[in-house]
Order: sequence, then structure tokens, then C-alpha cells
Amino acid sequence: MFGEGILKGMAETARNFAGSFVSAERLTTVQYPEERPAPIEAARVFPFLVYDGADWEAGMRCVACQICEKECPPKCIYIEKSADKKPDYVGKPQFYPAKFDIDVSVCMSCQICVEVCPFEAIKMDTDFELATDDRFGGLLLDREKLAKPNDYYHSIHPTEAAEVDTRLAEEKAKADAKASAAAAAKATPPAPAKPAGGGA
Amino acid sequence: MFANLDQIFVLLEHWVVGFLPAFLQPAALIVLGVIGIIVAFPSLFAITVLLERKGLGRMQNRIGPNRVGPFGILQPVADGIKSLTKEDIVPLRADAVVHFLAPVYLVAVVFMGYAVLPVGRNMTLVNLDAGLLFYFAMGASTELSVFMAGWASRNKYSLLGAMRAIAQMISYEVPLLLSSVAVVMITGSLSLNKIVEAQNQYSYGLPHWYIFTPWGLAGFLMYATAATAETNRSPFDLPEGESELVAGYFTEYSGFKFAEFFLGEYVGMLSISGLGTTLFLGGWSAPLSVLSWVPSWIWFFAKVMMSMCVFIWMRGTLPRLRQDQLMNFAWKFVLPYTLLILMDTALWRFMGDGWERWLVCSAILLVAYILMARTGMHRKHFGPRRYRYAD
Repeated sequence: MFGEGILKGMAETARNFAGSFVSAERLTTVQYPEERPAPIEAARVFPFLVYDGADWEAGMRCVACQICEKECPPKCIYIEKSADKKPDYVGKPQFYPAKFDIDVSVCMSCQICVEVCPFEAIKMDTDFELATDDRFGGLLLDREKLAKPNDYYHSIHPTEAAEVDTRLAEEKAKADAKASAAAAAKATPPAPAKPAGGGA
Repeated sequence: MFANLDQIFVLLEHWVVGFLPAFLQPAALIVLGVIGIIVAFPSLFAITVLLERKGLGRMQNRIGPNRVGPFGILQPVADGIKSLTKEDIVPLRADAVVHFLAPVYLVAVVFMGYAVLPVGRNMTLVNLDAGLLFYFAMGASTELSVFMAGWASRNKYSLLGAMRAIAQMISYEVPLLLSSVAVVMITGSLSLNKIVEAQNQYSYGLPHWYIFTPWGLAGFLMYATAATAETNRSPFDLPEGESELVAGYFTEYSGFKFAEFFLGEYVGMLSISGLGTTLFLGGWSAPLSVLSWVPSWIWFFAKVMMSMCVFIWMRGTLPRLRQDQLMNFAWKFVLPYTLLILMDTALWRFMGDGWERWLVCSAILLVAYILMARTGMHRKHFGPRRYRYAD
């Protein structure tokens, strides 16, 4: 009422001022290029394409269904479907993206492409150092630059990646069981009952 | 030796001027003085900006700039180079001439105020008899520059910022002037040199600064409040409130023009601190008679930098006021209280030298302060707000 609030506040800032010289744990900031805070698992910056195995071109999960391209709010994804097909993780022949470009300068990191992808092929990266000195070509990332291995996905989002892997394994097991059942049915036509569908 | 050190700049100036023919000497003395001011205060501005950035950082538990040079002390240089090399953008629909003139005018007017400030013993550029009047005339002209900038930019944020600035600066100009009138009443002179001389006396080794009297202390507090508002500093920085007006009246300025506004603002702060020092803190006089051997200009600059540190400290502490709070504070509290200080000063002047005047004058000011605070806060509710539409 009589201005004692101002004095109280000034005492508080003075305490912070003096304290920041005395105790280092008061300092909340990080001296960025030299020291870095531990990466945050829930962080999301920019999408990348996941591939299985060692060869990025063979293992790419994307089947060029173009759902993400249609759903992208700022329309920063450009996909061209391949003419031929390659087998996906269950062995089924699928299209693959002949061209997959994302414009970093347009992307708004909304994660909608990740939400809509039915093939777990596009995920959010945590790498934020995307600056480049080439403002035309350097900001348009093609599929080679976007492709990152599944191990990398595990390293940045361990919980999420483990969950995705079990789901994919379940699907693969289901598909394998179906395929073996079909093969068995073909080998012995009068088989009365096929094995239960739920694998894994 | 110390007497020479005290007068070193004056002696240096006369030594340099001595090389010129006699008819050029008066003009050369003035030019050298102007150069001194133009060199000294912008360098203080650079130091202040660095202090502010480091100090505010520390108050927010950050380190502050620490990359350019050792401990970041070359940061002002980097800032300067950056603002000089930036593109100067003038909006298409802006009034180009006025847009250009506004920052130039601001800097020119702010530097004019230094002409009458006594920076040290015998170190006043122009010893005007009505120095205080001249200072306030120059200080009030900054409002014109602010409005020029806001109007010429043709931008709604600029115009709103300028309108706020005009309302605020005119409102606080009144208490600023009235609180200095108290000093004039006691000294009996508008000359800033005479005001410093009147305070440069000691009894029992303690100085006769006006801040050490009841009316002087109250007057100084009112002066400091009004000066903060006058220079658009936090918590009275509504004209340039970043959160709602981008940058207020200089939204549309970039490059060196922006730097000029920045310079004008800080040099204005330095100058108004200098005037406050002169009026209430004894100008260049030493705080203790045993310290009188220290050069007078050191005391002046030390006091100015101390007030700048308080400015920075307040900025780090206080949140911005709302426009109506600002106006209520000016017209309902600061102005009536300054008028009361004037009457109190008159009482002090005519009550003689006894101890009674200390008691009576302090009691009047204290009781008035408590009463005004109580009535001002009457039926005001504080705490979290409830919005009916949000329930």
C-alpha cells in the first residue's frame, strides 16, 4: 500500500542478482554450442522417413500412399510414386516413393503427417540444427536426406519406437501365419480347420 | 596535484585553445566543450547498455552477453556495427522527411540539455542564469520528436505508441517541473551552478545536499518517479510496450535510425539523472568533506551511473503499468503530493534553523503520504481476477 511491495520486489531481484554470482545452480541457461541439455524424448522438430535394415532404399517403409502429402496443412511435402513395386516389411509388393521432398522452410512441425501415416513410415526428428547457407536447394530435403534408420528412431524416441516395433512385429506375425496357413491349405486341400489366426 | 586533476579537462581545453589566434578562442572553447559532451555521454551510453544487459541477465538468473570480447564487454561495439550495417527501411506510405527528421531531432535536443549541466567544478558548457528553464525547454521538446516518429510512420502501433507517449510525457512533465521548483525556492536561483554551490557546504563533515532534508527526500522521490515516466522507462514504458505495441513509436525504424532512438533514449536518461544529481544529490560535490580531494567530475559521473543502476534495477523488478493506472498515478498522487512538497518547502524556508522545522515538515509529508495512500487504495481489490464470462 505504501510502496513496500516495490521494496520487497527490489530486494528479490537484488537477491537474484547477487545469488547468480555465488551459486552456479541458480543459473537456468545453458551455454549452447559448448554444452547441451539432455535431449527431450517428447521433442519434435521436423519429420524424417524411417527405414529398416541397412539399405535405406530397400528398407524404406514409405509406400507412397500420399496421405501425408494430402493432409499436410502448409503443403510442404511432394511425393512421386514409383512405377515398379518393391516388397515391404511383410513381403507384400508395394509402391515406393521415387521422389519424396519436404521443404524445411515451409514445414510447421505440426506432426499431422506422422498422425495420418498408416505405415509408421514418417516420424518426428529431434535434430533442430537445420540451418543452411543455401536458401534454395539446402532447405528442400530429398528422400535420401530424410531417410534415417530405425535404430536412430529408437535412440531419439525409445518408448514410442518400441511400441511401434511390437505393433509391426504383431502384424508381420499375423501375415506370416496367414501365409503359412494358406500354403498349408494349398498343400493339403482337405484340411478341416486352419490354425487360429492370432499369432505372436 | 589533486587540484590539477580536478581541473584537468578545463586546463587541457585552454591549453589546446591557446594555440589558436585570439579571435577564434571563444568559439573554439565552445566547440571543444561540445566535442567533450558528444564523446563522453555516448560512451557512458555504451557502458550503460552493457550494464543493463548484464545486470538484467543476472536478475533473471542468466549470465547475459558473454561472447564478444572478454566477459562480453565488447557487446556495445558489436551492437553498433550491427545497427550501422542494417538496411534502412522507410515504409512506402510514410512521410519520408518527417520520418527521417524525428530521430535526428531527438538526438539533437537531448544533447542540447547537457549545455547547462555542471559536470564538474568550472565544467558547465554555458552558464545560463535560467539554466533549469533551458533544460526543461529542451527536455519537453523530445515529445515533439516522439510524435513526429509516430505520426510519420503511418502505422497503427506507432501512432498508438506516440499517443500514449504524449499523454504520459505531458502528465509527468508537470510533477517533474514542480519538484524542481522546490529546489529553486530554497536556492533562489535557476542557475544550475548556483544550485550546486548551495549544496557544496559541509557541517560536521556532512554535506548540505537537498536529499538530506524532508522536502528534498520527498521531492527527489517524486522527481525520480516523474523522470522514469518522462524517459519512458519501465515500469512506465507503455509507449514502447513490446508485448502490445511491437516497439511503440519506433516500430517502423530500422538500422541507424533505430540506433539513434536508442541513443536518444539512453542519453536522455543520463541527462535527466544528471539533472536529478544536480538538483538533489549535490551535483559534483563530494559526499563527505574529507573526500573533497577526489576530482569533482568523478563524483558527478559516479552519481549519474548510480542512478542509472537504480533505473536498471527497477526495470528488472517492476511490471508495466496499465494506461489508466499510469494516468491516475500521475494526476491523483504524484501531482498533489508535489504541490504539497512545494508548500512544505516554503514552510521549511520560513521556519528558521531550529530542530522544529525538521519535525513539522517531516510530519506533514509523512501524514499526507499515509493518508493519500490509504484513500487511493480505498475499495481496491487485489488478488486473482475472476472473469464472469470465463466461469
